[in-house]
Amino acid sequence: MSTDTAPAFVPGERTEIASHLHAVPSWDVTDFPVPTGREEIWRFTPLARLRGLLEAPAGEARLTRSGSVPAGVTERIVTGEQARTLAGRPPMDRLAVLAAARAPEALHLDIPANAELSEPVIIRLHGEGAEQTVHGSTVITVGAHAKALIVLEHTGSATYSAYTSVVVGDGAQVGLVELQLWDDDAVHTGQTSVRIGRDAKVNAVTATFGGDLVRLTETTDYASTGGELVKHGLYFADAGQHLEHRLFVDHGTPRATSLVDYRGALQGEKAHTVWIGDVLIRAAATDIDTYESNKNLVLTDGCRADSVPNLEIETGEIAGAGHSSTTGRFDDEQLFYLMSRGIDEVEARRLVVYGFLSDIIRRIGVPEIESHLIAIVEDELARTIGAPTNLDHRGPDTEEN
Amino acid sequence: MAKLEITDLHVSVQTDAGPKQILKGVNLTINDGEVHAIMGPNGSGKSTLAYTLAGHPKYTVDSGSVTLDGRDVLAMSVDERAKAGLFLAMQYPVEVPGVSVANFLRTAKTAIDGKAPSIRTWVKQVNEAMGKMDLDPTFGQRSVNEGFSGGEKKRHEIAQLELLNPKVAILDETDSGLDIDALRVVSEGVNRYVAQGNRGVLLITHYTRILNYIKPDFVHVFVDGRLVANGGPELAAELEAEGYDKYVKAAKAGAR
Repeated sequence: MSTDTAPAFVPGERTEIASHLHAVPSWDVTDFPVPTGREEIWRFTPLARLRGLLEAPAGEARLTRSGSVPAGVTERIVTGEQARTLAGRPPMDRLAVLAAARAPEALHLDIPANAELSEPVIIRLHGEGAEQTVHGSTVITVGAHAKALIVLEHTGSATYSAYTSVVVGDGAQVGLVELQLWDDDAVHTGQTSVRIGRDAKVNAVTATFGGDLVRLTETTDYASTGGELVKHGLYFADAGQHLEHRLFVDHGTPRATSLVDYRGALQGEKAHTVWIGDVLIRAAATDIDTYESNKNLVLTDGCRADSVPNLEIETGEIAGAGHSSTTGRFDDEQLFYLMSRGIDEVEARRLVVYGFLSDIIRRIGVPEIESHLIAIVEDELARTIGAPTNLDHRGPDTEEN
Repeated sequence: MAKLEITDLHVSVQTDAGPKQILKGVNLTINDGEVHAIMGPNGSGKSTLAYTLAGHPKYTVDSGSVTLDGRDVLAMSVDERAKAGLFLAMQYPVEVPGVSVANFLRTAKTAIDGKAPSIRTWVKQVNEAMGKMDLDPTFGQRSVNEGFSGGEKKRHEIAQLELLNPKVAILDETDSGLDIDALRVVSEGVNRYVAQGNRGVLLITHYTRILNYIKPDFVHVFVDGRLVANGGPELAAELEAEGYDKYVKAAKAGAR
């Protein structure tokens, strides 16, 4: 177990921010050389386990897509060039830029202005095997004052890098759920860029349970004033899993808000989670309010949780800016209390972890997302807690007692 | 039948300076239908006795035995003790964020009975138990002990006593921090439990106040890790009037 908390960095009278925390976004692959692994943004990631994604050539491989697109939503295949003109923030690292540049095509979903979807937009992406390297690119545009819930779900296995952009129009209200429910051996990297229009609201949820290595860069910026981001995340790393969430909220406009809260649980040898919470408050971002929180629960020895919140503040004329990060061990007193009521140790552990993660879920405020996530967490815990952590315990033949 | 037998129990805890002996030979038998009050000054080891009986890992049993209806309690895990019929109402119940009271109670009941309770009767039972404890019907949706007031925590403990209905209940300073109304509600819950006739109670307290509501059959004075005096309710009256001084001094003299 370890916690790594960097001090807040407060620059002086500068409008351009030179920062080691985040690169200048770009669509140009040559702007992002192959990293050595010692760079700030790469130092937590085991590059050898990326299975060549840092240099993978373009190919024709795709994930199998299913799901549902409600009436009124248009769905079309566009070129990479067209996707770039529709997208928000460009890629921030080499994995994302390669995904955008080398995807065989891009998917564009458009939710028209004023549409109020009664059904969620569901995109299910399924990989047929880890040996297949896939680049993916998706742009979702939400028109002004539209209301939509968008679910992006990943299953199966692949060596996959994706660039995804969600551009939310003025006054729109969007729920965005990204689920990483991969098999054990998947690798998933890339970036999701969310751009929030004037007075629009985004309620985003990221849940990562599966995969050998997942490294997701999640960025949010604001096209105009008054946008609102609420972002919840949960992850559960088992033995050997590397789950990395790199968040960047770029406040460049006045009166916007961002509230980020991620929780993770870890168990087993070499379970590793990384949570980076970078927030940039530019000089123009007056009266904004931001808070980021990350909590990790370490269940066994041999795990490592890195949690690094960073605030870069260019203006003091704000409503609020804060962050917190805690990493704690499993609480034996909770275990004792539950067991003293007859609940056996495995069940008690499961309850405590369930409680820890569901505490985040119940804050989401969208019942259909909450119940879906509760079911996923229950399934995950039924399969993983109590099973021996030093074995491949995610197999289909694992029995729960 | 319920018979809890504690024989020559010696218990220590690990400290930075090495093991420290807390219980120095406790002997006590609680039979069917008996209410025993253990009274003593702070730091005498009363709570250590309670937590040792429940199996808290912090405490090491150096010697002695504990049996419940002849079965070796010390050989059991914490959950096995609860299944065997022991219940500890804690002085400081632990918060379990995100786990609802309803979920917790159902899980505990299922574990102790070995099967899930029938939903309809169970929900009714839970609502009744909550109502008797003056707990709001929405209480079941709150996280276990999270944000509960001191009184709510204690009433929740006694609601569990009522629902899980163990053979022997150990109440560790259940009266501490309760106002008079909550004390009355909690005491009535304990008295209903006792009124079944074949249950045992070990009531650990610092003050005689709760004994105005729950009538003990036996009162024991606990000082420096052992029982130093045993009597009936009249002993509580004596402690109320004179305090523990006499016993503490005698224990110190004996230790010299």
